[in-house]
Amino acid sequence: MIDTLRLTAEKAKGMLERKEVSGAELRAAYREAIDARDGELHCFLTLVDEDESDGVPIALKDVISTKGIQTTAGSRILEGYVPVFDSTVAERCKAAGLQLLGKTNTDEFAMGSSTENSAFGPSKNPWDPTRVPGGSGGGSAAAVSAGMAPWALGSDTGGSIKQPSSLCGNVGLRPTYGTVSRFGIVAFASSLDQVGPVTKTVRDNALLYGIISGRDECDSTTVDVPHVELPESDDLRGLRVGVPKELNEAEGIEPGVTEAVRRAIDLCSELGAEVGECELPRSVEYGLACYYLVAPAEASSNLARYDGVRYALRREADGYYEMVSRTRDAGFGDEPKRRIMLGTYALSAGYYEAYYGQAQKVRTVISREFAAAFERFDVLVSPTSPTVAFKLGEKSDNPLAMYLADVLTIPPNMAGLPGLSIPCGLSGGLPVGLQLIGPQFSENTLFRAGHALERAIGFDVVPERLR
Amino acid sequence: MAEWEPVVGLEIHVQLKTRTKMFCRCANAYATEPNTHTCPVCLAFPGALPTPNETAIEWTLKLGLALGCDIAPRALFHRKHYPYPDLPKGYQISQYDEPLCVNGSFVVPGDDGDLEVGIVRAHLEEDAAKTIHVGGATGRIVGAAHSNIDFNRGGTPLVEIVTRPDIHSPEQARRFLQLLRQTIVELGISDAEMEKGQLRADANVSVRERSEAGYRTRTELKNMNSFSHIARGIDAEVRRQIATWESGGQVVQQTLDYEVKSDTVTPRRRKEEADDYRYFPEPDLVPIEPDADLLERLRAELPESPGTRIRALVADVGFDQAVDLVATGNEHKARLLVENGLDWPTAANVAMNQLAAIDPLPENGPALVAIIEQRDAITREALMASFADSAAGPLDAEAVLAEQVVADTSELEPLVERVLADSPGQVAAYKGGKQGLLGYFVGQVMKETQGKADPRVVNELVRTKLG
Repeated sequence: MIDTLRLTAEKAKGMLERKEVSGAELRAAYREAIDARDGELHCFLTLVDEDESDGVPIALKDVISTKGIQTTAGSRILEGYVPVFDSTVAERCKAAGLQLLGKTNTDEFAMGSSTENSAFGPSKNPWDPTRVPGGSGGGSAAAVSAGMAPWALGSDTGGSIKQPSSLCGNVGLRPTYGTVSRFGIVAFASSLDQVGPVTKTVRDNALLYGIISGRDECDSTTVDVPHVELPESDDLRGLRVGVPKELNEAEGIEPGVTEAVRRAIDLCSELGAEVGECELPRSVEYGLACYYLVAPAEASSNLARYDGVRYALRREADGYYEMVSRTRDAGFGDEPKRRIMLGTYALSAGYYEAYYGQAQKVRTVISREFAAAFERFDVLVSPTSPTVAFKLGEKSDNPLAMYLADVLTIPPNMAGLPGLSIPCGLSGGLPVGLQLIGPQFSENTLFRAGHALERAIGFDVVPERLR
Repeated sequence: MAEWEPVVGLEIHVQLKTRTKMFCRCANAYATEPNTHTCPVCLAFPGALPTPNETAIEWTLKLGLALGCDIAPRALFHRKHYPYPDLPKGYQISQYDEPLCVNGSFVVPGDDGDLEVGIVRAHLEEDAAKTIHVGGATGRIVGAAHSNIDFNRGGTPLVEIVTRPDIHSPEQARRFLQLLRQTIVELGISDAEMEKGQLRADANVSVRERSEAGYRTRTELKNMNSFSHIARGIDAEVRRQIATWESGGQVVQQTLDYEVKSDTVTPRRRKEEADDYRYFPEPDLVPIEPDADLLERLRAELPESPGTRIRALVADVGFDQAVDLVATGNEHKARLLVENGLDWPTAANVAMNQLAAIDPLPENGPALVAIIEQRDAITREALMASFADSAAGPLDAEAVLAEQVVADTSELEPLVERVLADSPGQVAAYKGGKQGLLGYFVGQVMKETQGKADPRVVNELVRTKLG
């Protein structure tokens, strides 16, 4: 009997290597879990019945193009769209022998923090199905948490890996911008989008990051990546941990979240780290505003290709412009439409300098502020999300409240920095995530710190109600 | 009456003949079957990313150097947005405020001095696909039943060159374009054939009184697909503008098509492009930083500028002939003949006439000159045939002359006598005053010699015999 709720990818890999289990048996176990729980949790948009590979199973967020398998990005406009090519990350998973279980739910075009913007209905949080799993990658996070996949890939623009991992009690990495290929990832905001792993353990996360990362000739923005080391150490000796005041005291952080994070910071000291305070005033004050100029601007451009001419949805009409207009009206939900309008405005003649241009300058300021902090510290820590999982419908009518869910994950993203979210405790019976931020290409350091803390915290990743 | 001065700036597009397209690896080649040179990148499938063609960048730099431009230490690609079915991404990847080449100049010699045409910029971009409107009378979108798109041309590399408004006559515009075209051909980066659309030019036209310092409103003139049409189009538009101003009217800024048949310009009915392109730096591509060694190498490979070469030839062949020789690419032929002992005026004449269509020229210079010196004794057809034959083996002057030339009067005399004896009726008519029959007799003799006789010698003989 395979307990998919507890089985890590690393263990599954070992069992396969020792032939204690076959790929088909593993697949069947996860399918059984999906059949049992996905009716309630709605994590998968497409299930894959068979795959050529027979290694450790995986689930991929539905913004990741998979050859021959529908890829919708959670949008009606791509309903029925079947890519003729694999994204680089899907190809690398295949090359590593990983077998695909299915494609997971996402806010439409990865725009959202709850999966409530998915055109195909929201996913639910395995810890409490009346609550959201976070977003946009809520499908991947909830699937891993509910034992429906040992690990999964997500994509993170403003926090779409870190925030749902936090809300579902998973380990989620948003890697350094440029370390993982974006080729074949349905684009949201190109200068921010980054694919990364969602897992049960930090070691699993490092394993999967090792598989997907590295230069790709199909993505000019990728670079060579340092060799990924599986973390072993149980202590944090020699590590300098910074606690940015603004990221830890921001308005709206729940007391239960602050408390769990505080305990984790105390643990850092106990594990031998040098802990100190630092400041990131402008990153936190301007980060979110800056993000909501840059991301919609790039989105308005990236979504221009969905015109009904070449693939997916088309609403017929007499003329070209009428056809495009009807197709986009029918195909896009409210959030993409809102961001297309915001972004188009921000890029318009006469406004560019004041909005997109200015936001890019602020990005440089944020990068410098982080760089200054990293002269004193190896890792910065904060809550990943200001709150634990919120109720379905609680914020779906208030875009601004929803945007604030990413207020702590956005600043490092704007600077292209890697961030690892690990579960650090419960608040009101719901998981709290700790965000570890490092300088560019410091993934190995984040894995090392995350692994030692994970051991010390001893968080049980299985949702209480499923134990 | 005021004396008016035309003010013309040109915008030129050149299709580069690289092996592959600008941002994908599809063939950059003409294909009869539509949509056969396409892939997810040039069809803008979700997640597809551009990767720049290094050769196209190198060739643009080479052209920029040939135009005396400054090469940007750091250049950017930008996205230029406008909605059109042949633009699959909804934006064109182009260059905006940081192009590869800026601030050059190109000298166009004139018989009254050099004209220095400033080059504002030369930048690299991708071409649009081709829309074919079906079922309308005009082949335009208005009235068409439907439209088909051929994406074979979509994404092919295109260089845009923008001049300053330094051109002051249709003739200058024509000569500028001829010399620019020749430069492009010599650089080996494009065949630059206008009739194939490999070289396209639009003109920004205004007029002003000679005493004026500023510029008046300009119009943009399009739809001209040969050098002479460009000159005629500019001429027509200049006349229209002068007439407008002189009749107290106002020239309005607009885009015009030149209609060759009626020799008039007509305003474009529909505005096909939006004014606001919402440019922003292409986040999928990294900045281009041309390498100093590369620029050094490219500079060393440049041919001498046409202006310098024309100036050097004027003393030998006169201004007009010098321009013609350089602009038509026949200069090296004349030079080869001169190097083998022919005088310049003869060499220039022969290069522009008998040798114009012969490419490449036989390599044996002395033999070439030996034959050309006898060119009055050989018909043009025979001369060309002998050169064409020489492609098979080395050119042998003696053999060619022995076979082709029947210049000897003693050989021709009996032939002439026989032709006259065979045509008593025509001889009588000639003697009766029908002088035009002379051509008939000459023609008969030429036929007998299979075109090998010198027509002038035959002419003289016939005339003498008919006394």
